[in-house]
Amino acid sequence: MTTRTVNFKIYRYDPDQDAKPYLQDISVECDPTDKKLLDVLVKLKAKDDSLSFRRSCREGVCGSDAMNINGKNGLACLTDLSSFVEGKPIVLRPLPGLPVIRDLIVDMTQFFKQYHSIKPYLINNDPPPERERLQSPEDREELNGLYECILCACCTTACPSFWWNPDKFVGPAGLLNAYRFIADTRDQATSERLDDLEDPYRLFRCHTIMNCVDVCPKNLNPTKAIGKIKDMMVKRAV
Amino acid sequence: MNRIIVGAHYGLKDWLAQRISAIVMATYSVFIGIALASGGAASYESWRALMSGSVTRFATFLFIVSVCYHAWIGVRDIWMDYVNSVAVRLTLHVLTILGLVGCAGWAVQILWRL
Repeated sequence: MTTRTVNFKIYRYDPDQDAKPYLQDISVECDPTDKKLLDVLVKLKAKDDSLSFRRSCREGVCGSDAMNINGKNGLACLTDLSSFVEGKPIVLRPLPGLPVIRDLIVDMTQFFKQYHSIKPYLINNDPPPERERLQSPEDREELNGLYECILCACCTTACPSFWWNPDKFVGPAGLLNAYRFIADTRDQATSERLDDLEDPYRLFRCHTIMNCVDVCPKNLNPTKAIGKIKDMMVKRAV
Repeated sequence: MNRIIVGAHYGLKDWLAQRISAIVMATYSVFIGIALASGGAASYESWRALMSGSVTRFATFLFIVSVCYHAWIGVRDIWMDYVNSVAVRLTLHVLTILGLVGCAGWAVQILWRL
């Protein structure tokens, strides 16, 4: 079994010690059994325990280890080591557009504030049936490609409209989830949800740049969902 | 107190208008390009005959209105993205509208003088 050296340039910032952030050159030996970027990051952490990053499930379900990898947002646990050019350092930075707490850890408050603003829960005032609220298979089909969002914030922090207006624009993740409930036939607040999004900032800051589609580690399409929200608004208005 | 207030409840009409005006502009550009290339731009007289025809005048007027409305929404979006002060933003909005209305009036005057 041969080991190989992986070189990194990692964004480091400890607000208690550093006046400003810097890129640290660091390398680590990895084994053939290390398949994903996260495997090597865990090794790095063992080597230098001051390095901070979030991680949890290590299989692309929790969305904790979202970071900017060679300039593109993604999950460290889903990024193959073999996808990197050998010998070239891997540049890791925190997700752009959110305040850095330390190293690769960002403050997600603004992201979740926008997510919560779209009321990400089923609104149905009918008394709950004995077992469950049923849907036809066709109606359920519409939720595919929406419910899988893990809220890793890769898409929203890759969106220039969110960089300029993080306090007002809901962002691709929030809008994808908004459509998840707008599209749900069991939800009774469709019109209120559309009213809430009919706003030059909340929805219409999306200029179809499609960075969100490019980076989504779950291969979801927020731009398509945003387009469907606009379609529903047009249908409602004309 | 610095509360973030959203919920102006407009945007759909502008978004739709921007798309429709883009179609009008693209269609006009293709047709006027063909008309000019096939003899319309050969001499001043042929150009004038083309541009003062009632169909061309109707289409050119629609084009001017589309350009101005399209530009208004696009420029307004730039001010909304990059200008944080509400007072400066409002001033820029007003100046943009005035500038575009002036340009539209001028263009219409030229068109009907032909």
